[in-house]
Amino acid sequence: MLFGVSLVTFIMIHLVPGDPVTTLMGTSVNGAAGLQQARHELGLDLPLPVQYFRYVGNALHGDLGTSIRSGRPVLSEIGDRLPATLALTLAAMVVAIVLGVGIGTLAAATRSRLLAGSVMLLSILGISLPTFWLGLLLIDAFALNLRWFPVLGDATLHTLILPAITLGLPAAAVLARVTRAGLVEVLRLDYIRTARAKGLRRSRVVLRHALRNGLIVVLTIAGLQFGGLLAGSIIVESVFSRPGLGSLVVNAILGSDYPVIQGVVLIFAVIYVVINAALDILYGIVNPLIRVA
Amino acid sequence: MLQPMGIAAPVPLDRDVARRRRGQFLRRLIRRPLTLFGAIIVLLFVLLAIFGPALAPHDPTEIFYSAGVTPPSPPSAAFPLGTDSTGRDVLSRVLAGARISLTVGVVAVAIATFFGALLGLLSGYFGGWTDQIIMRLMDVMLAFPDILLAIVIITVLGVGLTNVMIAVGIAAVPAYTRIVRAAVLAVREQDYVEAARAFGAPHWRIIFSHILRNVLTPIIVLVTLSIGLAILTAAGLSFVGLGAQPPTPEWGDMLNDAQGYLQSAWWTAVFPGVAIMIVVVGLNLLGDGLGDLLDPTTR
Repeated sequence: MLFGVSLVTFIMIHLVPGDPVTTLMGTSVNGAAGLQQARHELGLDLPLPVQYFRYVGNALHGDLGTSIRSGRPVLSEIGDRLPATLALTLAAMVVAIVLGVGIGTLAAATRSRLLAGSVMLLSILGISLPTFWLGLLLIDAFALNLRWFPVLGDATLHTLILPAITLGLPAAAVLARVTRAGLVEVLRLDYIRTARAKGLRRSRVVLRHALRNGLIVVLTIAGLQFGGLLAGSIIVESVFSRPGLGSLVVNAILGSDYPVIQGVVLIFAVIYVVINAALDILYGIVNPLIRVA
Repeated sequence: MLQPMGIAAPVPLDRDVARRRRGQFLRRLIRRPLTLFGAIIVLLFVLLAIFGPALAPHDPTEIFYSAGVTPPSPPSAAFPLGTDSTGRDVLSRVLAGARISLTVGVVAVAIATFFGALLGLLSGYFGGWTDQIIMRLMDVMLAFPDILLAIVIITVLGVGLTNVMIAVGIAAVPAYTRIVRAAVLAVREQDYVEAARAFGAPHWRIIFSHILRNVLTPIIVLVTLSIGLAILTAAGLSFVGLGAQPPTPEWGDMLNDAQGYLQSAWWTAVFPGVAIMIVVVGLNLLGDGLGDLLDPTTR
């Protein structure tokens, strides 16, 4: 799978018309001989299959090549930026799960039609909001007007809150809806009636008995959302000027820095695939019924 | 659709059936206020995309700069939504942006639908190694989160609005392929397909006239929902500078420009965002209800 991913990025990026060396140095520098020299140093004069196998071989050793722009190893460029992006994605995931599952559970448990309708409407609003716009509005309201948060800044927890809310809100909207729908199903089942008949409090039945079984669906959707959050971080980072992988890849595209684009895309795909595999294992833990498969 | 057919009952003309179905559809639409609301928004959006530029009070790229007034200037009689940081009329730009957004959404989704439906039909109908090759390819594409896939494609094609449409379209192909394939698998073994095959109908006719017709509902729902998503993604890409370039009146790029003027000129940041949100809400509400409306089993 990752092999396929690396091959696809490699092929696509080498389909690009134009030559990074020419883009970078212009034609003036040392004439044709100088360009040839630079190409040779970067290994760009080798046949493409050879370049690809060299790339994969090196990647397996943790060498993703050297940035054409900065001259630094791609891996250390990524290493510098990765924590900020991961922190943002995970924080957004927390926002999404806490808000989404919380609101969804509340709507299912109270069986209020008004609440159910609002959840439905809010979830449509949530997925329709452009995150970058939401981010701008939050900056305006909470950072510039109320001054509760710094506008931009270093990687403290304080600066993470607004971006995490921005990125997590649409996912929370989806989760709220899924949680409500899942719980409403579960609450109709016999064992819930049994638990209630035993005289257990309603809140306890919802939280301990129903939620645990509704969790499967929630977990699946949350897992699917993760990739979206990771990719969405590219845009949210731009709104909040956070130095993460998003700004790295956008600048790399604008400057045709192929090794960096390739590296970032590969890292994103690796994280995505690993998370999906981890979720498969997690399903087994949450639901013993599917452990066999 | 089912109704008692007496011996004396006249065979309804195709035209009558079509009219009655349309009537039913509208009646059911009215009973669902949220879906109706979505449909009205979408209708207005389409009308605005067609006539918006003609309604605009100014040229969306014209710069208004008079002595003593530094842009951005607040809403006034001449500029109801104010002017942006370079002195262009925000109202005219928002109106002109409707056409751009609709084009982006429709072109991107047309690309996704064409290739996705084609691959899904082939994959689901033929199965075997055709299915294997197509679906493994889609698996690899699905390993990239959508925006990232679009970004990879933009890397290849270059920065710009046209390339963003193509990129967003291609990035959505795997989702279409999967859904169409699943729908095809469900109808492939139906009796009418078997009958067509027994009559010796060629593969292409079975695929395009028997199967395609019966997987249209999921495709239509997906199209409505993904036009909204395509508009959001494309606006996001323009916002980070990979899509529409100034002075194109594109909503995402307008918000990018507004970033520096949050405090001094709220109007530059509010209106383009509101426009995106309303349009996408409309498309989502419509798409959400359309599935139930078009599904014959819920009648």
